[in-house]
Amino acid sequence: MVDLLQRFGRGWIGAFERFGRATLFLLQVIIGLPSLFGRGFLLVKQLYSTGVMTLLIILVSGLFVGMVLALQGYNSLVRFSAEEALGQFVALVLFRELAPVLTALLFAGRAGSAMTSEIGLMKATEQLAGLEMMAVDPYKRVYAPRLLAAFIAVPALTAMFGAVAILGGHLVGVEMLGVDAGAYWSQMQSEVSFRHDVLSGMLKALVFGFVICWIAIFEGADCIPTSEGVSSATTRTVVYSSLAVLGLDFVLTALMF
Amino acid sequence: MNSRSVEILVGVFMALFFVAMAFLVFKASNLTSLSGAKGYELSAYFENIGGLRERAPVTAGGVRVGQVSQIEYDGETFQAKVTLTIDEQYNAFPEDTTASIYTAGLLGEQYIGLEPGAEDEVLMPEDEITLTQSALVLERLIGQVLLNR
Repeated sequence: MVDLLQRFGRGWIGAFERFGRATLFLLQVIIGLPSLFGRGFLLVKQLYSTGVMTLLIILVSGLFVGMVLALQGYNSLVRFSAEEALGQFVALVLFRELAPVLTALLFAGRAGSAMTSEIGLMKATEQLAGLEMMAVDPYKRVYAPRLLAAFIAVPALTAMFGAVAILGGHLVGVEMLGVDAGAYWSQMQSEVSFRHDVLSGMLKALVFGFVICWIAIFEGADCIPTSEGVSSATTRTVVYSSLAVLGLDFVLTALMF
Repeated sequence: MNSRSVEILVGVFMALFFVAMAFLVFKASNLTSLSGAKGYELSAYFENIGGLRERAPVTAGGVRVGQVSQIEYDGETFQAKVTLTIDEQYNAFPEDTTASIYTAGLLGEQYIGLEPGAEDEVLMPEDEITLTQSALVLERLIGQVLLNR
């Protein structure tokens, strides 16, 4: 019984220790951020590997999410003969919840895991140690550009997800199911507020991008430098960042709306 | 992948971001709430505002001319004080304009309709609309119908 309690306590102490290390790591990365001025090529390269490479999956899933929303929403709204409100329904659901959360989950799976395994492999093959030997600070050279790139890429991808999903909803709702096109757009414009709905969603996306990237680069830098270590760190990145995104989403929603 | 094509693709990515944001701003939402609705303010006292909410439209002849900017309860007159923000271009409402609370459709949202009167004097900014008509509360109406039978 006491052994069980001890193991429980040890687990918690380990978790807090790891969280403390992650926070110190993040502070050092943030201190390294200003060195990116004048070295934009590092940022561009990371924007390519996080943003551009995630673009296709975001656009395709956005299109289908919008189509599904329109289909489901239509079936429920038509009972109350309120199918004109479809545009408003699709846009509000997307901007407030689905676009930031789904983009963040897809980003964690696509870009976060890649980031962790890349940094983990750099550690396993002693490239990070090599950089330090040459007096190149890996915080400035490796981690900071990735953090800033994710900070930019996730809101950008969220905006694209939302835009494509609304067009997908238009495709199904207006072209297939015959909702009036004017009603679709005007209901959306009159009820969706830019500041309360669109900007709040973007703020969520910013927070998610930051947290995902923090988890991804910390897991990479903290992994055991073996092939198993890299693979389990990659798994942890996806699991932790998905949980963090969903948990934070609840907190942010409770704060914002 | 050489650095030129990487840069081109990142440029395309950011351009798409701006296009998507422009789409969200102009096509899928209303920016008027951000600019803070330029116009002048009028106030009106109502016995009962029903389900009127802030940012509800103010119309004249069915055309939107402004919005409800503030609703508060006046403890001295025991009435609801509603502040209306009217667009600057509509600055010549007669002094005996009536403000009534209507419902769009049977159960839709509530809005304020202005019916201009015949006076030559016009309402100036910060003026009060004295002729008001409260919201139609469905329960009260049903109660009256039941009592009058």
